[in-house]
Amino acid sequence: MKQPWYSLILPWVLPILLLASWQFLSQVGAISPRVLPSPLAVLESGIRLTKTGELPLHLAESFKRATIGLVIGGSLGFLFGLLNGLSNWARFLFDSSVQTIRNVPHLTMITLVILWFGIGESAKLFLIVTGVFFPIYINTLHGIRSVDPRLIEMGRVYGLGPFKLFQKIILPGALPSILVGLRYALGVMWLTLIVAETIASDSGIGFMTMNARDFLQTDIVLLGILLYALLGKLADSLTRLLERWLLRWNPVYR
Amino acid sequence: MIALEESRRITKPAVRQTPAVELENVGKRFGAKVVLDGVNLKIAPGELVAIVGRSGCGKSTLLRLLVGLEPETEGSIRIGGVPFRGPNPGARLMFQDAALLPWQTVLENVALATSRNSDRRNEAARALQLVGLEQRAKDWPAILSGGQRQRVALARALASKASILLLDEPLGALDALTRLEMQKLIEEIWICEKFTAVLVTHDVEEAAALADRVLVMAEGRIIAESQTSLPRPRDRSSSEFITLREALLNWVMNGAA
Repeated sequence: MKQPWYSLILPWVLPILLLASWQFLSQVGAISPRVLPSPLAVLESGIRLTKTGELPLHLAESFKRATIGLVIGGSLGFLFGLLNGLSNWARFLFDSSVQTIRNVPHLTMITLVILWFGIGESAKLFLIVTGVFFPIYINTLHGIRSVDPRLIEMGRVYGLGPFKLFQKIILPGALPSILVGLRYALGVMWLTLIVAETIASDSGIGFMTMNARDFLQTDIVLLGILLYALLGKLADSLTRLLERWLLRWNPVYR
Repeated sequence: MIALEESRRITKPAVRQTPAVELENVGKRFGAKVVLDGVNLKIAPGELVAIVGRSGCGKSTLLRLLVGLEPETEGSIRIGGVPFRGPNPGARLMFQDAALLPWQTVLENVALATSRNSDRRNEAARALQLVGLEQRAKDWPAILSGGQRQRVALARALASKASILLLDEPLGALDALTRLEMQKLIEEIWICEKFTAVLVTHDVEEAAALADRVLVMAEGRIIAESQTSLPRPRDRSSSEFITLREALLNWVMNGAA
């Protein structure tokens, strides 16, 4: 299916309009720079902080945390999802407990986590790991349980062993659902990162933003917020690309 | 029942050699529900047997037993004279829906069935050629028509080099014209590849057109069978064909009595 020509232009219309009117209102003095600095001012402070090396440092810190948390939490969620999806024993043993814990909003753990781990890296990683674990777990489990049983039967008729059955039928069948879990997990990941870095941290974009707040540097606060938005969007776009490539057999994704 | 006795007499000499498939008093029950009840059947190597009957008469279950997807609860099944348990490596089942893997290309789907240590792609390509789909090797199954998908499924079954091909209403979901084409194709391939085939269908005309022998099933039993030696490809407007078709239809509708 070919995308229509406007599919590349229309998504940009709203953000550009918003930025342009914001810039315009700031320039004519309708918005005080103390309340909301103009987009160009935010861009300027971004360039300034990049030159001092502050911004790249914080960005790298946040990025590292997000990635490590996602890899650990995502792998755990994926493995548990696989285990419980493939074995009835494991599912009856674990799933009910996991679903109970899932209903605790993981950010309520912050106080407890700070008591346990202090405000070091492990506290933030722990929060991200628990945040991304559940969406990936649930969607992996659901994906595996909803693989077309006729395909599995076909695989058995053609003498596929358990490993081949998993590799050729179960995993690809569960993949669309797993990728939905991944996209959802990315959202949770950024949210958790923001909260964790804002509350207890000495580096990262969240820390930079909080620090700027104490000095009333609204432009840097805005810079931090916009960066979160951009990073979130970037992660989401990457997952979409991954989806389009991995699920290219599916007409819905072409 | 008279027709049944007659045909038994005709069948016997043909089954002197070790039967490809032999069922002895086979029964299958799910809980208290009896699905198959004392089925006795011998199929000669290279024979094309059709099983007709109403929905729920046990014909599909019979195929599932033969391919090893379900264990029999009574009696014994021998393939090539040897009893078996679990998946039957000598038999392939073709389903009513093609059951292709949507995430693999047509060629990969066919290659799934080829033996591990062989030139898989070439074998798969040859099988695709047999069903006339070599041009679509690189396509995803999602863009094929229903008939083409069934042809891919047929190619996959052929690529496995199984000696017994079990067809579970493979054409049930196709439109009338595609059905006729597929019937012709199956017959042609069967004639040149010489495998043993069991075709389950509820279309008596299909059974009459393709089979050497038609079995009629009702309530888990074989209630009648009829041997045909009409020359192939069969003329569906000939009076012999119509007589056969009507007799089969009558058995299916009213039982053999």
